[in-house]
Amino acid sequence: MLYGYVLKLARKNMLRHRLRTGLTLAGIAIAIVSFGLLRTVVDSWYAGAELGSSGRLITRSEASLSFPLPATYSERIRKVPGVRSVTFANWFGGIYIDEKNFFAQFAVDAQSYFDLYPEFRVAPAELADFKRDRRGAIVGRKLAKKYGWKVGDQVPLRGTIYPGNWSFTIRGIYQGADDKTDENQFLMHWHYVNETIKALLPSLADKVGVFIVDIRDPAQAAAVSAAIDSSFKNSLAETRTETQKAFQLGFIAMVDTILLAIQTVAYVVVLIIMAVMANTMAMAARERMREYATLKALGFSDGFVSLLIFGESLALSLAGGLLGILLTFPAAASFFRATRDLFVVFEVRPETVLLQLGSAVLIGLCAALAPALNSRRIRIVDGLRAVT
Amino acid sequence: MASSLISIRELSKTYRRGNQPVPVLLGIDLEIAAGDYVSLMGPSGSGKSTLLNLIAGIDKPSSGSLLIDGIDIAALPENDLAAWRAANVGFVFQFYNLMPVLNAFENVELPLLLTGLNRAERREHVETALAMVGLADRMDHYPNELSGGQQQRVAIARALITDPTLIVADEPTGDLDRQSADDVLNLLDRLNGELGKTIVMVTHDPKCANRAKRQVHLEKGVLLSGSGAH
Ligand SMILES: Nc1ncnc2c1ncn2[C@@H]1O[C@H](COP(=O)(O)OP(=O)(O)OP(=O)(O)O)[C@@H](O)[C@H]1O
Ligand SMILES: [Mg+2]
Repeated sequence: MLYGYVLKLARKNMLRHRLRTGLTLAGIAIAIVSFGLLRTVVDSWYAGAELGSSGRLITRSEASLSFPLPATYSERIRKVPGVRSVTFANWFGGIYIDEKNFFAQFAVDAQSYFDLYPEFRVAPAELADFKRDRRGAIVGRKLAKKYGWKVGDQVPLRGTIYPGNWSFTIRGIYQGADDKTDENQFLMHWHYVNETIKALLPSLADKVGVFIVDIRDPAQAAAVSAAIDSSFKNSLAETRTETQKAFQLGFIAMVDTILLAIQTVAYVVVLIIMAVMANTMAMAARERMREYATLKALGFSDGFVSLLIFGESLALSLAGGLLGILLTFPAAASFFRATRDLFVVFEVRPETVLLQLGSAVLIGLCAALAPALNSRRIRIVDGLRAVT
Repeated sequence: MASSLISIRELSKTYRRGNQPVPVLLGIDLEIAAGDYVSLMGPSGSGKSTLLNLIAGIDKPSSGSLLIDGIDIAALPENDLAAWRAANVGFVFQFYNLMPVLNAFENVELPLLLTGLNRAERREHVETALAMVGLADRMDHYPNELSGGQQQRVAIARALITDPTLIVADEPTGDLDRQSADDVLNLLDRLNGELGKTIVMVTHDPKCANRAKRQVHLEKGVLLSGSGAH
């Protein structure tokens, strides 16, 4: 019976200052949406790394990702026990018309690349066309859609690492095996790029950025990696081999600091709204000091008054929180649309929703704490003398 | 003296303002019989409200004894004291102190939430009380939809709803016009005369004070001689 009354009073008290309640609700909702989006950004970034096939190893230069390795390593890696097949790729880094049109371009070994990336699905006829045309390219479905490319189109790229004006003919469009596969890549012939550059800048020729190694037994990944690296020990270019997942996580480590900052901001947003909400509740409680004193005079306990304050605070923060959670989904969808190429997946995870809900509860509890303690401290006679 | 409902001996109250002690009541002796109707008069700051608050159990004395119906209320722990107030004291304040978000019915019902009465029983009690103060037709009105006099009558209904033995009223007509004040005083008369409630009322107004059976005068924290006698 008393709890019903607490809820009723909480609801009625909330409607007392509609503008103040409305603004507080909006503030909480916005904070919860921001929190959810920021967390989803971090999640999605890491999720991208989880996606790669764990059976694949990546071999790159021990020194740095930006130092290429001799293409001849390919044969030596293939001979390491446990290795099934090897392919390689080079970051091309060309500019399509304008620098803002950024997408990943790799010069790959046309003969073997797609054997190691079964999740890139290409029609056999298109793949055969690509293999035949040294100036051909295969592009991801999303990328083709974005620029309106069709098979047969010419795509000009201005080289940055490999100088000159290049032109590639689209011979095929690949489709991801599932919606987690990146469909935004542009793949051309490494041999074509290599031979063209050999005439211009011999120092850049016969080099590859990474070898992609398919192994027979994923459980042996560590042993095979070590075997590959030891076979290049004390050579001019030592290697570092790791699973694709570890490779991508290592890549992510570079942006870890940024992600940490994002995560911190997510929590700071919650802290800020907590302070704002605490202020709102303190104001409300101060205005109602005489009412609370009256209730206590009538025989209601300190606990009942605290319950009123907590009830109102929680009702407000939960309403704002639920609104925020509901708005997170459309917000995430449009965020994903706006940042198309940045994330492979962008899904609000159930854990995020739980955290949002938890934050809302926490905001409500914390905001009520000070006013509730204060209402206990204030003596009835002083509360009754309070002017409102 | 055996019939005393309220028995006050050597009662003192000192407030502190910072480090400064502020003596407000100095050795009060007062007996109030069950069924009595006492008005507490005196200049502003003489300690009338302080004395009333002590009697009502919402403040604690600094020294002396205060027995109500034989109970030393100053010695009760906070929760027991709250329960004692809920059962034994009806409050009427100068500014009514109704909950603005509750309508007349709900305001009067409020003290009944602390009893074991069910919804139907509460409704019956509330309707009777509101009828008694002449506001049966205003049950669903909110305080801001009622005049000052009507609000005070709602407050009186709230004060009598749990059928307490004692009603304390701190300047119940202080904020009302003549007509509304008369309505309120007539009601208090009936509570005392018909229902036998013991009433202690603080007032500035001699006309109001005259409606009580007995007047007690406070001056600078001391009862004027003779006025505490029975
Ligand atoms: N909670 C308190 N803390 C400190 N001093 C107080 C407190 N309550 C009352 N006083 C002081 O005690 C004195 C008596 O106050 P009280 O309210 O009892 O007077 P009163 O006779 O009711 O006056 P009034 O007619 O103006 O209502 C005043 O000087 C007042 O300032
Ligand atoms: Mg007073």
